[in-house]
Amino acid sequence: MQMMKDRMEGVPACTFPVVEAPYPVISNDWVNGEYKLLVVEAEAAGLAARAGQFFHLACPPEGENDNFLRRPMSIHRIDRERGQLHFLYKVQGNGTRALATLQPGDTLDALGPVGQGFSLPAATQHVLMVGRGVGLATLAPLAQMAIAQGAKVTAVLSARSQALVMGRQVLEEAGASVHVVTDDNSDSDVVSLEGFIRRLHAASPVDFMATCGSNRLLMLLQKLSEEFGAAGQVALEQRMGCALGMCIACVRAFRKEPGAEALTYRRVCWEGPVFDMRETVAW
Amino acid sequence: MVDLSVRIGDLTLANPVMSASGTLSEGLGDVFDLSLLGAIVTKTITDDLREGNPPPRVAELRNATLFSIGIPSKGAAYFRENTVPFYQRYNAPIVASVSANTIEEFGALAAKISVPGVAAIEANVSCPNLKADGMAFGMDAQATREVVQSMTAATRLPIWVKLSPNVGNIAAIARAAEEGGASALVVANALLAMAIDIETRRPKVANLMGGITGPAVKPVLLRMAYQAAQAVQIPVIGCGGISSAEDAIEYMLAGASAVQVGTASFVSPNIMPRIIKGIEAYCERHGVSRIADLTGTMRKFDAEALAMRGSL
Repeated sequence: MQMMKDRMEGVPACTFPVVEAPYPVISNDWVNGEYKLLVVEAEAAGLAARAGQFFHLACPPEGENDNFLRRPMSIHRIDRERGQLHFLYKVQGNGTRALATLQPGDTLDALGPVGQGFSLPAATQHVLMVGRGVGLATLAPLAQMAIAQGAKVTAVLSARSQALVMGRQVLEEAGASVHVVTDDNSDSDVVSLEGFIRRLHAASPVDFMATCGSNRLLMLLQKLSEEFGAAGQVALEQRMGCALGMCIACVRAFRKEPGAEALTYRRVCWEGPVFDMRETVAW
Repeated sequence: MVDLSVRIGDLTLANPVMSASGTLSEGLGDVFDLSLLGAIVTKTITDDLREGNPPPRVAELRNATLFSIGIPSKGAAYFRENTVPFYQRYNAPIVASVSANTIEEFGALAAKISVPGVAAIEANVSCPNLKADGMAFGMDAQATREVVQSMTAATRLPIWVKLSPNVGNIAAIARAAEEGGASALVVANALLAMAIDIETRRPKVANLMGGITGPAVKPVLLRMAYQAAQAVQIPVIGCGGISSAEDAIEYMLAGASAVQVGTASFVSPNIMPRIIKGIEAYCERHGVSRIADLTGTMRKFDAEALAMRGSL
């Protein structure tokens, strides 16, 4: 309930931070064999999104699939200068296949921004973000935020192959130093990554870690963040109904307190999707 | 100007549109002003603390959803101290949905949450009766009657009963709730359903069975709202698959005095204010000056004419 109060404080009664609106599609192109980048035109309410927040997208009906429920989608890039939002998504299910059919000139029915984003302590010096596959999509806006806050960012991109590495350009443009590891190159395994992170930390101490999309990366960062005394947050996914905390469908089990044994269900859409790594249970 | 107000027993609502229990939380207040609603019906609570069912809790069906949430609850004290004050910032009556394991506990919980700010209590009788082989209270007329009697004895607030649709004779249960002292009926809760992923051969929700909700089930629930309205004198609140003003009006023509909107708010969180506007526009178009006059005004085919044609 404290969260309810926090959300209402400072918000005039007449403004609504979450908007359900049609966003004109600017482009929706393949970035590789599996992923597409959807770019839409956004107004102030959409552009107010913070790193780690997401939008709940209505996917057009397609054939026998009416795609009745919306689909949660993390924001890959918040471009306030051009007034654009970018979504990077893997085309794999009924919803994303339907999203893939959107053409420039169509509109995307989006609800958002929703959820609790990343919160970076003001004094953060060095952020390490490690993303596997599309997990990176969620982390890119964090790089932008961290650098704006005066922190240094090292981004480790993990993928099966070089061809599937995404977001390098967005991260480098934001000012992050990017390190790519791939299964093909045999340097994406946990042991190699741990070695890399230890060397990085020795050279320039890491005081904040973030990850998304991989259980083994989460477990590695949980171990190292504790050892280094660094804060850590993880962006999680779950099947959702409403994305507003109403239906209580998108729960996952979390530790009641950091490090506690006792578990409790929390809503990924409302208490998250970004959670403290110390409360997160590997799956 | 159309008069959108409706009376549900002693309670007057500014309009006939309210949330269905379990489909509204503080997050909806981030989207629109909840004061626009006829009433705010809160998520069912139990007095015992519950975590709810394991995930996955939701599956998408055609024009419908399958939900199996359980009833996660933080108990009556939390409700009194946090939930009620939160919704009191809005200018809409609060209806508290409750559930319990026994008839006595229903009464005890009703007493505990009869605090200033709560305008009515809705009994969710679709949960299992732990003292009667786990059969839901709402599947049995006598158990339904006793739940309402237990609650009306414990509080002066009006008691609404949200009936279970998983019954053969909804009219009998509706009459039992009325005899028990209910001020209104909500018809109805979710239909019990299941779905299986044929690739993994696993049930689509972890709890195996859940409630199917959404536009696909509207004709079934509309039929039940009609049957219940025919059976009782107290107001019936229609609930089931309503996702447009047309759907809401259909329920009112069938005999409902007001409606609850649920799953549609998950698809489009602004749906309730749009439904209210749409109802007003319908009334203007049809020269209806009071929305309450629409209730039960379906015009049936003439029985004699039908009989004659049937004999041709």
